[in-house]
Amino acid sequence: MTDASMTPTDAPKKKSSLMAQDARTRKRNAAETRFRMYGMAAIAVGLLFLVFLFTSILRSGLPAFTQTVVDIEFTLTQEQFDTAESKMLKTGEYQKIFVNALSEQLDARGLDVAFDAKAIQRIVGKPGGTIRSFFLENPDRIGTPVSFELAASSRVDGYFNGRMTRDTLVDSRFLMATDLDLVDALEEAGIIGGAFNWNFITGTDSGVDNPGGAGLGASVIGSFFMMLVVLFLSLPIGVAASIYLEEFAPKNRWTDLIEVNISNLAAVPSIVFGILGLAVFIQFAGFPQSAPLVGGLVLTLMTLPTIIISTRASLAAVPPSIRDAALGVGASKMQSVFHHVLPLAMPGILTGTIIGLAQALGETAPLLLIGMVGFVAREYPETFVGGFTDANSAMPAQIYTWASRADPGFYEKAWGGIIILLLFLITMNAIAVVLRRRFERRW
Amino acid sequence: MNDMRIVERKVDTNEVKIAAKDVQVFYGDNHAIKDVSVEIEDKTVTAFIGPSGCGKSTFLRCINRMNDTIDVCRVKGDILIDGEDIYDAKVDPVQLRAKVGMVFQKPNPFPKSIYDNVAYGPKIHGLAKNKADLDDIVENALRRGAIWDEVKDRLHAPGTGLSGGQQQRLCIARAVATEPEVLLMDEPCSALDPIATAQVEELIDELRKSYSVVIVTHSMQQAARVSQKTAFFHLGNLVEYGETSNIFTNPVDPRTESYITGRIG
Ligand SMILES: Nc1ncnc2c1ncn2[C@@H]1O[C@H](COP(=O)(O)OP(=O)(O)OP(=O)(O)O)[C@@H](O)[C@H]1O
Ligand SMILES: [Mg+2]
Repeated sequence: MTDASMTPTDAPKKKSSLMAQDARTRKRNAAETRFRMYGMAAIAVGLLFLVFLFTSILRSGLPAFTQTVVDIEFTLTQEQFDTAESKMLKTGEYQKIFVNALSEQLDARGLDVAFDAKAIQRIVGKPGGTIRSFFLENPDRIGTPVSFELAASSRVDGYFNGRMTRDTLVDSRFLMATDLDLVDALEEAGIIGGAFNWNFITGTDSGVDNPGGAGLGASVIGSFFMMLVVLFLSLPIGVAASIYLEEFAPKNRWTDLIEVNISNLAAVPSIVFGILGLAVFIQFAGFPQSAPLVGGLVLTLMTLPTIIISTRASLAAVPPSIRDAALGVGASKMQSVFHHVLPLAMPGILTGTIIGLAQALGETAPLLLIGMVGFVAREYPETFVGGFTDANSAMPAQIYTWASRADPGFYEKAWGGIIILLLFLITMNAIAVVLRRRFERRW
Repeated sequence: MNDMRIVERKVDTNEVKIAAKDVQVFYGDNHAIKDVSVEIEDKTVTAFIGPSGCGKSTFLRCINRMNDTIDVCRVKGDILIDGEDIYDAKVDPVQLRAKVGMVFQKPNPFPKSIYDNVAYGPKIHGLAKNKADLDDIVENALRRGAIWDEVKDRLHAPGTGLSGGQQQRLCIARAVATEPEVLLMDEPCSALDPIATAQVEELIDELRKSYSVVIVTHSMQQAARVSQKTAFFHLGNLVEYGETSNIFTNPVDPRTESYITGRIG
């Protein structure tokens, strides 16, 4: 700020016109214009990154929400059922019935492609088992037309999603170039196509060779139960601690020490909390491994400093004259805090809490250490208590697990998981904004 | 200062309400009040005057123990109200403050409705038996604060939305609503226009019938108009204390004289 330096003027002041800018004013205005440009440039760069981030997330993640399915309707006669059930390899027999039905339908539409049973296997796997168990469970459907929706293999899915083209396809036991002719024919016949993948949202994690069946649902539940633990522990503890420190505690060396340590705690890497949780909650206290309860406890430790710091800041921002006013009419310290100071600090406390929760929701490293890795999210908890104690994963850990699996189908699922995670975070932030507005309007 | 009129008024000898003996106040190392002994009478308006920083507010805040809220502040000596030492370990400052109301230098209404501002004190002290009772208390207090006419149509509007002068009168109403025995006012009129000031002064005179009022003021005219007793503080010392008319007509101490004639301060 060079223009702040003073130049002593001994010479008598010249008469100046307000209509003409003097050199100093011009310089100051130019500096201001320049600064505005820098600011706008900075914002533009930030927005650019944001747009880039979102487009790349959406482009890579949206395909995870569709799944290529083979949609086929056929009738199983009682006779076919009986012969199949009398065979040694029963599912193999159903597989044959399925392949026959498929080729009949292709023929009926006048599409002429040569294929063998192996090719079908590469495209939809072996649905014989699925078909058999359906008819065993619903014997009354034998003899009536039944439509099956069968998930296509990850390679075919990739072909539909544009993850791979005819040119990039390398022949392997998973998919051959010639299979794509069959796929195209099936698409023309309306038998194969994309469908919204509800299973991705509601399902559980699948085996490493089945990205099509992988779902985030169970780990969303895991995250939900963890957030319950975090909210119900860290909010009361954090707010109570901050009120005590800010309003009641004497200012001495001990409280200074506590204060410094809370700030330090906020800067401790999350993996440290993870190993602490492993040692204390699982190995020492004997809580179940991979349980959202333990995850929630670890994340509570992480969230507490965030909540305490933001709560103290918003308490300190309440003007002291309000406290004086309350004390002046004979309110006790506690009344002055709970009737006057806390309501005024509420918007800040809520914002801090939700930011803390959002951080906790996205935290991955400590969860890996206490065993909440993705592959444990194989089933939903059966009871409410089980939600806390059954082995489960959480959204970010599930995403991490998918991203580290070999099949490119899982890579896409990881991006899809990130979209869901971001949706949750955006929702939480929106709630924070709404709550803040609501509380502010009361005054 | 030429138009300063000192109203001759009958000064009755009242009983002593507040008695301070050898009061010392320290802010850390800063010795803000030095050996102040004073007897403040009941049913009297006592004015504290003196140059800025001389400790008027500090001494005022000793009387309702608001200084307790300042960490570095230490008070020595005794202050008795009705013969009871308010710094005794048995005294709960909260109970004391219900008895000794205070109006602050800067208007500080709660960020709540006008009604709630006034009703808060009576509510926490259980002064109202029911809603109608509370309504009466609020109306009464607002009338005594000389602000009723301005706010009666918007009792549920926020108190912070009033003008500075209205806010201060609201604070006065809030203080009288709890029926204190002593009312401490720290420059209550510094944010008021002459009309509102006159109203507040009238109110102070009215309050004198039932309370002991202590008022800090920078305006000599105001001290002369409203008070019966005046205390002049200088650099933490109580220099002179006596009948207002005496202080203003023939001060004993040369410092008092130079202050009221405008030479120091
Ligand atoms: N909270 C505080 N902490 C430390 N020192 C203080 C505090 N409040 C007042 N003081 C000191 O005490 C002395 C007296 O202050 P006080 O506020 O009582 O003056 P005053 O007479 O009310 O002045 P004014 O007329 O300007 O309001 C001053 O020297 C001031 O610096
Ligand atoms: Mg003062």
